Amino acid sequence: MSIVDLPVTVEKAERPDSVWSQIRYHLLAHPLGLFGAAIMVVFVFCAVFADIITAYSPTATDSATRLLHPGVGHALGTDQMGRDIFSRIIYGARISLAVGLGSTLLGSVFGVTLGLASGYLGGWVDLVIQRIVDVLQAVPLLVLALVMAAALGPALDNTIVAIAIPLIPYTARVIRSNTLALREQPFVEAARAVGMSEFRIAVRHVLPNTIAPLIVIATAQLGAAILTEASLSFLGLGVPEPHPSWGRMLSESAAEYVRTAPWLVIFPGVAISLAVFGTNLFGDALRDILDPRLRD
Amino acid sequence: MLLTLFGISVLVFVMLRLVPGNIADIVFNAAGMIDVAEKAKLEKELGLDQPIAVQYVQWIGGLAHGDLGYSYVSEKPAIQEIAPRIPITAKLAGLALSFAIIFGVPLGVISAVKQNSPVDYVLRVVSLSGLSVPAFWLGLLILMGFVAYFGTIPIYTNPPEGFWNTLWLFSIPAAAVGFRSSALVMRLTRSSMLEVLRQDYIRTARAKGASDQTVNYHHALRNAVLPVVTVIGLEAAFLMGGLIVTETVFNIPGVARFLVEAIRWRDYPIVQNLVMFIAVVAVSINFLIDLLYAVLDPRIRYAS
Repeated sequence: MSIVDLPVTVEKAERPDSVWSQIRYHLLAHPLGLFGAAIMVVFVFCAVFADIITAYSPTATDSATRLLHPGVGHALGTDQMGRDIFSRIIYGARISLAVGLGSTLLGSVFGVTLGLASGYLGGWVDLVIQRIVDVLQAVPLLVLALVMAAALGPALDNTIVAIAIPLIPYTARVIRSNTLALREQPFVEAARAVGMSEFRIAVRHVLPNTIAPLIVIATAQLGAAILTEASLSFLGLGVPEPHPSWGRMLSESAAEYVRTAPWLVIFPGVAISLAVFGTNLFGDALRDILDPRLRD
Repeated sequence: MLLTLFGISVLVFVMLRLVPGNIADIVFNAAGMIDVAEKAKLEKELGLDQPIAVQYVQWIGGLAHGDLGYSYVSEKPAIQEIAPRIPITAKLAGLALSFAIIFGVPLGVISAVKQNSPVDYVLRVVSLSGLSVPAFWLGLLILMGFVAYFGTIPIYTNPPEGFWNTLWLFSIPAAAVGFRSSALVMRLTRSSMLEVLRQDYIRTARAKGASDQTVNYHHALRNAVLPVVTVIGLEAAFLMGGLIVTETVFNIPGVARFLVEAIRWRDYPIVQNLVMFIAVVAVSINFLIDLLYAVLDPRIRYAS
């Protein structure tokens, strides 16, 4: 580092950038990340304004318009029950986003709580929580989600819970190891010296410092949650009728229409892949920005 | 390790009993009538009328003697239902992992060595799409491709005859599952290589005049491969998720598809034993990876 750089570094040390301004500032240097963010914006836009974008109801069946090829009127064609594929995909974004965000958020809340308690309190609390995390982590994500989904029954909110639970262990692990390091920092000691309660230190001083890894994990998990929802629905154990789910659109069409109506198979898959791809691109950029070990 | 397996057994057992409706409900709903006395008789026969704790002890007690109970659906011993399906899934998983190593490691090295070149960008985008495309959709696309070019779908004939025929039939679904694993291994190899290439001893090697080839493959890759081994191990266990959907798409009678069928039928003995089996495999692979780590990394071997 040259001497010319020094004043800048000093200024930064005085007023550290918040996580959010770091993301805003550095994202411009990650074109792929920006592209991913753009895909995510389109995805959210479709989910929010589904009623305005689409001309047809996603659930209205019509035997006169069965299995129409993509073309004028029905841009992406219709399915075996005469439902407009485009409408179903746009409304499907809503389900995908609801399950993706819902389970990531729920998983993060539990993961952070367990990780923080485990790392900050230590002792037998740590021991018990780590054993629970071990158990949840030993079963593959989709297998655990399948059993959970079957146990809770087919419903939108149950699917969110079923996907959230397998997401908990990873978040809890990472937050715990971050908390263990933060616990020994001088600012924690200072807070204790001025008489802050342990709970307050954990929530007000340790927790905010775990936000960077949390954002990175949550973005990665958002993609995984969307994929898992699609898989569950594909297997018939996810989001039930009448919600148009991308995964279920594929399972309904899979067996019979692979030969005769390929558009039924192609478009929902493209929607899933694009949504997850955008999330992953954005997540990758976030990790590069927020993980100082990866920065040169 | 045993504690983890015990935890899983309790979790799965209790979760399954939370399911609204048991096999008796399904049988009688399918028949379209509910005869309360008959239903109670069936439940008694299957031991479903007893308290959960008693059922659990019976199950674990049986497991200790190698008795997995009977499938509710086929009424055959669960072991007879599960065991013949294991080799099928194991072959698929083995092939998928081989793909992951054959493609993932070399491409990851190339991507890292040529960091920020067009090749690197293309490989990164391909690997990221590998993590974004659902395995079942990839499977469906492959099937569609076969229909378009050959007019037929590669049908799984039970059992496929001849080594090459078997390899060919298994390769297609294995590729659908293995794409994701390859992408994962590639990304990890890349980032691990990049980290190692930044080390002082790499600069020393270059300063001493070692060729790029020697530095990249002899000095860097050998050190970078350790975290990759861990991920391959984790992926081996977690391949199960991809196999569940892929076996469903390709209609392959392996354990993964069987798990979904058993869940649909509320066939508790099958589901709980299968989940336990998957967990045992996952836990043992992790254990083996720990051992392998000591073999591969002299620092760990000498420390202990």
